[in-house]
Amino acid sequence: MTLNELKKGAVARVAGFSENESGQSTVSKLREIGFAEGDEVELLYTGLFGGTPLSFRLNRTMIALRKGEASLIKIIPENKAAA
Amino acid sequence: MTSLKLALVGAPNSGKTTLFNGLTGGLAKTANYSGVTVETRSGHFKTPIGVDVEVMDLPGIYGLEAHSVDERVAVDAIAGNIEGKTPPDALVVVVDAAHLRTHLHTVLQMKTLGKPIILALNMIDLAERDGVKLDIDALEKEVGVPVVTTRATRSAGRQSLLKVIDDQIQNLKSQQSQIPQQKVDIKQLQSEARAIANKVVLFEPVMNKVTRNIDKVVLHPVGGIVTLFVILFFMFQAVFSWATPFMDLIEVSAEALGNGVAAVIPDGLFQDLIVEGVIAGVGSVVVFLPQIIILFCFILLLDASGYMARAAFVMDEAMMRVGLNGRAFIPLLSSFACAIPGVMAARTIENEKDRLTTIMVAPLMTCSARIPVYVLIIGAFFSNDQVWGPIRLQGLVMFGLYLAGIVSAILVAFVLKKTATKGPSQPLIMELPTYKVPQPRDFFLGLWSRVWAFLKRAGTIIFATSVILWALVTFPLRDEPELRTSIAGKIGSVIEPIFAPIGFNLEMVISLIPGMAAREVAVSVLGTVYAIEGGEENTEGLSAALQNAWSLPTALAFLAWFVYAPQCFATLATVRRETNSWKWTLMMTAYLFGLAYAVSGITYWVAKGAGL
Repeated sequence: MTLNELKKGAVARVAGFSENESGQSTVSKLREIGFAEGDEVELLYTGLFGGTPLSFRLNRTMIALRKGEASLIKIIPENKAAA
Repeated sequence: MTSLKLALVGAPNSGKTTLFNGLTGGLAKTANYSGVTVETRSGHFKTPIGVDVEVMDLPGIYGLEAHSVDERVAVDAIAGNIEGKTPPDALVVVVDAAHLRTHLHTVLQMKTLGKPIILALNMIDLAERDGVKLDIDALEKEVGVPVVTTRATRSAGRQSLLKVIDDQIQNLKSQQSQIPQQKVDIKQLQSEARAIANKVVLFEPVMNKVTRNIDKVVLHPVGGIVTLFVILFFMFQAVFSWATPFMDLIEVSAEALGNGVAAVIPDGLFQDLIVEGVIAGVGSVVVFLPQIIILFCFILLLDASGYMARAAFVMDEAMMRVGLNGRAFIPLLSSFACAIPGVMAARTIENEKDRLTTIMVAPLMTCSARIPVYVLIIGAFFSNDQVWGPIRLQGLVMFGLYLAGIVSAILVAFVLKKTATKGPSQPLIMELPTYKVPQPRDFFLGLWSRVWAFLKRAGTIIFATSVILWALVTFPLRDEPELRTSIAGKIGSVIEPIFAPIGFNLEMVISLIPGMAAREVAVSVLGTVYAIEGGEENTEGLSAALQNAWSLPTALAFLAWFVYAPQCFATLATVRRETNSWKWTLMMTAYLFGLAYAVSGITYWVAKGAGL
């Protein structure tokens, strides 16, 4: 499962990143802003049409991504309800 | 005496600038424009034992891989790759204490540079209020650098930093003893950072509750768009209605000053120069200071509160459709104040083609220098009738003009992205900061630097053009004060035929030329021109003179011209510098001229056809 597939209010953990060659420069930017294996993520808000951009909670930080960027992040859903 | 050179580094929104202003008292060498820290600012402070510290405030970075021009500046400054600038002796890495877990790897990355480091856990008071509990001693031990907690806003909250500088002065100066490490894989740094975070973060609640609650409205798919438009609309209404009493005061004062001077200086050319040239010319521009202050107040507060990134988020979808990134909205919003900081703020955009597109459309955002022109014309030709509730017609027309600029920018960007700056759409990766109460010190320092810039323009460019223009309309000396026989009139007559098809008269044409030096000069030119034409009888002021001399279609065409009117020389020079290309600069000038001419013409003939 990738981050763009996360439902609103659902919590997951970052499992890894796309190994796709073309996505690597974006992956390094995602890592720099703070996404790392094991981090807690939650989908907070989406845009009006087409569900982009997306805003996430990463640990306690809020980050905005588009669907394309979110699809580069692999996640494992958690069974914990959002706080 | 010992001296030390420090650089403040850290993520955007970590409170570096507040810390910098607190340490230095705000006395900095280069200007800091709204939206981002575009230039490296430097200032001085002294520690309790008397170390003379020079400190640099750098653009926000998350790591050492510079993606944008802006980040390049920061990384180069740290590494000492900027010519003529000595690299810092040591770094103060500023981290928002509330987001330590997410940003700790940035600290480890800075450590790989081999420079002495102090880790400042900033805004610790806000983090504690959220309920975050950190083990500072463990953090110091695990990271292996001195750690201080700071409250950037209080001087007591900065003492710990000053004390550590004094205690560690020998270590901080000993940069030669440390060797930079090999480039470390960010994945490895992150896993180290997370391991440390697990030990030192004793407790952290899920998220700042206030931020979460505000965002329920502000980032709501529909509510967000409504919020943004309400804020923008309120901002433009405020610019109009709140400023009026202050503007009246300035106007009355300028008139009294003119009369006073006229009473002292004997009649003649010199009195004319001072009263009609200098006081009337400069005064007609300074009168707009209250409005410019109000506009900047809004921009500064939106920025400092953390709303600006939300505005970029809300706009991202629309921006994506024209091929741009939501982030481009921030430089564009700065352009509402002035296109120069806007064009410079585009440095934060990573993709070169996106940056060029943003620069090219930035002048279509209505800059504050256009406000005087809009206010004059709208005030003269539209009543201030109530339209609905607190909304008045003049504010509505003003809003329409701003909207015309925005819509045009979207269309131009769309065309550019399909042609000259064609390329794939760029990723949006942006932190949405926690909402904060803006700091009075940052706010007033920011406001003062902008007010000062405006007054400096009034005292230099506008003063000079007012005097030159007065000379051009006064000479050659003649008995009948007929505009057409003056030097300005003769120059204007040559280009008048070009503008005749779009309804512009001689006076308007004359006002357009010095308008290239500074937009607002167009107002003082009209003031001077009509004052001279009207002679003694002209006592009702400029607005009455315009009502007599211009038809409504003419006034509308003039407004339309200023929506697109090519930028002042200062902006064109900035565009030349930032793009490093004459081709782009000329292209911008040409397309703006073309649009201005075409849209003014259409406005004029449509309005005429409609019988206005």
